[in-house]
Amino acid sequence: MKNLSMMEAIREAMTKKMREDPTVFIMGEDVGAFGGCFGVTAGMFDEFGAERVRDTPISEGVIIGCAVGAAATGTRPIAELMFIDFVTVGADQLVNQAAKMRYMVGGKIKLPMVVRLPLGAGTRAAAQHSQSLEAWLAHIPGLKVVYPSCPNDAYGLMLKAIEDDNPVVFLEHKILYGVRGEVDENAKPIEFGKADIKREGKDLTVAATGRMVHEALKTAEELSKDGIEIEVFDPRTLFPFDKETLFKSIEKTNKLLIVSEENKRGSFAGEISAMVAEECFDNLDAPIKRLCAVNSPVPFSPVLEDYYVPNAEDIVKAVTTMF
Amino acid sequence: MHIADATRGILGANGIVGAGQNIATGAGLSAKLRGTDQVCACFFGDGSTNQGTFHESLNLASIWRLPVIFVCENNLYGISMHQSRHQAIQDIADRAVAYNIPGVVVDGNDVFAVYEAAKEAIERARNGQGPSLIECKTYRHHGHFEGDPAKYKPAEEVAEWMSKDPIPRLINYMIDNNILSKEEFNDIDSQINDEIKEAIKFAEESPWPPIESVVEDIYTDIVEEVKK
Repeated sequence: MKNLSMMEAIREAMTKKMREDPTVFIMGEDVGAFGGCFGVTAGMFDEFGAERVRDTPISEGVIIGCAVGAAATGTRPIAELMFIDFVTVGADQLVNQAAKMRYMVGGKIKLPMVVRLPLGAGTRAAAQHSQSLEAWLAHIPGLKVVYPSCPNDAYGLMLKAIEDDNPVVFLEHKILYGVRGEVDENAKPIEFGKADIKREGKDLTVAATGRMVHEALKTAEELSKDGIEIEVFDPRTLFPFDKETLFKSIEKTNKLLIVSEENKRGSFAGEISAMVAEECFDNLDAPIKRLCAVNSPVPFSPVLEDYYVPNAEDIVKAVTTMF
Repeated sequence: MHIADATRGILGANGIVGAGQNIATGAGLSAKLRGTDQVCACFFGDGSTNQGTFHESLNLASIWRLPVIFVCENNLYGISMHQSRHQAIQDIADRAVAYNIPGVVVDGNDVFAVYEAAKEAIERARNGQGPSLIECKTYRHHGHFEGDPAKYKPAEEVAEWMSKDPIPRLINYMIDNNILSKEEFNDIDSQINDEIKEAIKFAEESPWPPIESVVEDIYTDIVEEVKK
């Protein structure tokens, strides 16, 4: 076991796979000697050199498109975009190329590629560097969507993402990069579609992703004092999604609160809510509740940004209305 | 609909104009990283050279010296729009200057001219000298899609270009220069016609795919639910 930050865990997983497999390489803006926008690839250039830790021009379309072509022809690229917001610039290459190529050639091509997308609010970076766009990605058949909330999950899921023969989008919450935790470096890759119960409880299920997992966990003690034991469900991957574990949790608690940092309208939180309403309704004894960000662009003002993102206090309020 | 054959290294005709240019850089990079002497040839029309992908991919291929040959089939039309209306240049090869790579214009209806230009570009690519842009001046005999009446093409223009059709041109050249006899040509022609007829018959007689196959080949390992 090793105590690592989320950023270090991602780096260690990539480094391990690059040592094992010479066809794995990284490319992205300033990922080389500079070490990446947030420092995730720091030091990797020194070990692997400019051929395998490749600085690209500021051209998100060709970063993703180049990964598609490289993956289709025998290598395993890891492409980094600086911010998930820039996926809009390279959207054709992800949505129409990466996600469709295998289907359109009748399964004759595989695309083992990872696209790393830092996301999330809370960094005072304003409306174009702070969004949570996971619902767009999870909507597209052909992509797998991974969203770890702690270093150990990030490590195991990154190992799996690189081994996977399909396009994987790997979401990294910027606020969580510095969060530390124990990482078992000899552990096996974490299978996609296996959720993790981050806290057990009998009274209410909180389904949360990324930073919201931590906000939910913060509330647990306080709610416990009021006699409410929440169970915190972290899907870890949005597609494939582990319905079974979620439904089992709801069978026990009979209540579901979904907490997400997305704009509420059209969010993946809505998808979770629909799944449960369609297939697990009989186990609910209260309406499903979604706690999401405000339906506004991510504001720049610190006061407004802090309000915009759901926090522990909001979660406590939401939970108490459900009893 | 979108022709591809991975076993022959054909990654597919793309439904998005210009998208293949980006993918081609990846195939070139992969050839380089795997240490092969493979070269990626990427075909596209004049219309696609106004997409951002053209700029992004030629720039990347140039700075990384990737073994990619960008082959522009300038057939004078981007869907219905004549080249003179969709860009302010005549020779797309001029754009190569912006990437510091060779840009050559060839008669795209002359097989030998295309061969010579391609040969040089392939050699450069294999020598680690990076990509080239070859502009083949040609014409789109038909419409943009099957059933396109193509009224935007003047009749005289069509007639002029039909007279330059590269296929009869090559055949006549070969017969005139005793490379191929008329009989040999007829044999090849009828053999290919038979192959095409057989392929059509095969397609027409093949059953429609089973409904379950709607979810096949999305992923290598996950099968989505068939039910709606």
